[in-house]
Amino acid sequence: MRKITYGQAISEAMHEEMVRDEAVFIIGEDMGVMGSVFGLTRGFMEEFGAHRVIDTPISESGFTGMSVGAAIRGLRPIVELMYVDFAGVSFDPIMNQAAKMRYMTGGQVSVPMVIRAPQGAGRRNAGQHSQNLEALFTQIPGLKVVLPSTPYDAKGLLKTAIRNNDPVMFLEHKLLYATKGEVPEEEYLIPFGKADVKRAGKDVTILAYSREVIFALQAAKELADLGIDAEVIDLRSLVPLDWEAIEASITKTHRVAIVQEAPQRGGYAGEIATQIMEKIFDQLDAPVKRIAGLNVVPPFSPALEDHIYPKPNDIVAGVKELLGRK
Amino acid sequence: MSAKKHGKELSVTFYREMVKVRLFDEKASELFTQALMSGNIHTCIGQEASAVGACQALKPTDFITSTHRGHGHCIAKGGDVKLMMAELFGKATGYCGGKGGSMHIANVGLGILGANGIVGAGIPIAGGSGLTSKIKGTNEVTLAFFGDAASNQGTFHETINMAAAWHLPVIFLCENNKYGVSVCIDRVCNTQNIADRAQGYNIPGVIVDGNDVFAVYQAVTAAAERARKGEGPTLIECKTYRWHGHYEGDPMSYRTKEEMKEWKEKDSIARLRKEIVKSGIATEAELDGIEGEVKVEIEAAVEFAKESPYPDPSEVTTDVYADDNERSVAR
Ligand SMILES: Cc1ncc(C[n+]2csc(CCOP(=O)(O)OP(=O)(O)O)c2C)c(N)n1
Ligand SMILES: [Mg+2]
Repeated sequence: MRKITYGQAISEAMHEEMVRDEAVFIIGEDMGVMGSVFGLTRGFMEEFGAHRVIDTPISESGFTGMSVGAAIRGLRPIVELMYVDFAGVSFDPIMNQAAKMRYMTGGQVSVPMVIRAPQGAGRRNAGQHSQNLEALFTQIPGLKVVLPSTPYDAKGLLKTAIRNNDPVMFLEHKLLYATKGEVPEEEYLIPFGKADVKRAGKDVTILAYSREVIFALQAAKELADLGIDAEVIDLRSLVPLDWEAIEASITKTHRVAIVQEAPQRGGYAGEIATQIMEKIFDQLDAPVKRIAGLNVVPPFSPALEDHIYPKPNDIVAGVKELLGRK
Repeated sequence: MSAKKHGKELSVTFYREMVKVRLFDEKASELFTQALMSGNIHTCIGQEASAVGACQALKPTDFITSTHRGHGHCIAKGGDVKLMMAELFGKATGYCGGKGGSMHIANVGLGILGANGIVGAGIPIAGGSGLTSKIKGTNEVTLAFFGDAASNQGTFHETINMAAAWHLPVIFLCENNKYGVSVCIDRVCNTQNIADRAQGYNIPGVIVDGNDVFAVYQAVTAAAERARKGEGPTLIECKTYRWHGHYEGDPMSYRTKEEMKEWKEKDSIARLRKEIVKSGIATEAELDGIEGEVKVEIEAAVEFAKESPYPDPSEVTTDVYADDNERSVAR
C-alpha cells in the first residue's frame, strides 16, 4: 500500500470532502494563497475558489464566531487555528457559541463545524505555541474531541469530523505532520468513539492518544525485550470515548497505564483512571498508573523541553513500576 | 415621522408590533416581579421602534441575530408570543423546550439565528450568516442587533472589518441606549457616536432617531438594498433609551430621574400614535382596537405558558449533540 504523511492525509481528507460536498469550506489564516503554514491546502484556492478557501485577517475570535454563524446556516466550515494555543483568543465562540447552540435552542440547530488545531510540544516553540489543551475541551459538553496519531487515522477521522453534525475539536500533533504511514487510495471513514488496538498484548494495557501512541509503541517494543507483553490502545477520540475497548483490554490484562503529553494535573488520564476505578475496580491487580507531562509552561530550550512530556523510556519505567519490576 | 408616505398598512403594522413588544415586556416584567419567572430578564421597553422598524424593513427570508435584550427583536421578526412566553417560563412548549430561556430564543425558520447571553457574540454569527449568503450566492441580508456597550467588544471590530473587506450582506444595527449596565457610553468611548466608527472600516455609518420607527425603517431599507446589491455592510446607530433598569430590579443609581423623564417624553409608541391619527390614516378608536387585540394575545400567551407542562426531566441529557448524543453525554 502507498505511504503518505500525516499532513498529506489531512490534506486529502479536506480535499475529498470539498469535492464531495459544496457546503464544506476552509477558513483561517494563510489558508488560501499560501496554502497554510503547514502546506496542507496548497492549490486548494486555485481549485475551489477564494470563496471556499478563505484567507482571514488575524481575527480568531471573529472568524471562529463567523464560522458558527455559517454552520447554523447549513454550511460546514473547517476552521484552522494555526496553533491550538490561539484558542485562547477564540474561546468564546468555541465554548459559549459552537458548543452550546444546539442545547440552548432545544435541538433546533446544529453546528457542523470542525476546528483543526495543531498542538503539542517538541518543536522548540516555547510557552505559547506548544500546549496540549484537549482536557479543556472535554470539559465543555457539546464539543467532540478527536486526536489522531497516524496518517491512516487522521484521514479517516477528519472525513468523519467534516460529515459530523457537531462541533469537533480536531487536534493534530505538529510533530506528526511529517510521519509516514499506509493510507489506501480508496475512500474510507473511521467512526468516532472507536479505539484502535495498535498492538495486542496480555500483560498490561497502555492507553494513549496523539503522539504518545507512537512513544507507547516504541516502549512496548522495549518492554517485550524484558518479557512484558503490552497492549497499546489508541483512544483516537476522547469525546465520544470507547469505554468498551478500555474495559475489554483491562479485563484481559488487569493492569493499566494511561499516557498523555499534557500536564498531569486535571488531564484526561485522570478522568479515565477514575472511570476505571468506579466501574471495574475488581479487575485491577494494581492501581491505575498515569504517565503524563509536567505541570509546567512549555520551555524553549531543547535542554528543558525534552523533559516535560513522557518519552518511550518514561513509559517503560512507568510500566515496570506498575508491574512491580525493577 | 411620515405615516402618510408609508401608508396605512405599514403604519398600522408598526403600531401593532410595537405595542406587542411593549405589552409582552411589561407582562414579563410583572410576572418576574411576582416571582413567576426565574433567572433574569432584560426588557426593551422604550426601544420598540428600533426592533420593529428594522425587522419590518427585512424580508421573512432575511436573518437577524439578537442579544440579551432580545424579546422585541424576536417578536418583530415574527416570533410567536405564546412560544416565547412559554420559553420564559421554562416550559416544554417554549421555542427551546425550556433549555434556553429569555436570552436564547431562536428559530432559524423565522430567520432568528439566536439571542445571545454573551455581549457582542451575536455579531460574528451574523457575519457568518452574511458569509454564507455570499458563498451560496443567495441574496438574504443578515442584521445584527447589538448594544452600545457591545460596540466595544473585539467581535464588533473584527466582524465589521471582515464584512467590509469582503462586502458581506450584513447590517450592523446598534441600539445605543446610552448604558451598558451602569456605564454611560461617553465614559468608555472617545467618539461622539458609535456610527462614527464606520469611517475606520470605510463603510457608511448612519445615525437615526431610534425612537422614530419610520426613520429606522428607512435606514434599514437603504442598508438592505445596498447589501443585496453586493455593496457591503452598513453601520446604523439608533439613539434610544431603555425605560427599565438593565435587569428587572436594577436600582438604577447611575442615571437621573430627569434623564429618564426626558426620554419617556420621546416615547416612540405615543409619537407614532399621534402621527397616525394626525395624518388621518387611522382613528384613535381603531388604534385602541388594535391595542385591545394585542392585550388579548398577550394574556393568551401567559395562559398558554402557565398551562404548559415543564419539560420531562429526561430531556436534560438530550440535544447536547446532534450525532451519537447518548454516548457522548455518558462519559
Ligand atoms: C462578554 C460579556 N461581558 C459582560 C456581560 C454582562 N452584561 C450583560 S448585558 C451587559 C451590558 C450590555 O450593554 P449593551 O451592549 O449596551 O446592551 P444593553 O444592555 O444596553 O441593551 C453586560 C455588561 C456579558 N453578558 N457578556
Ligand atoms: Mg446599552
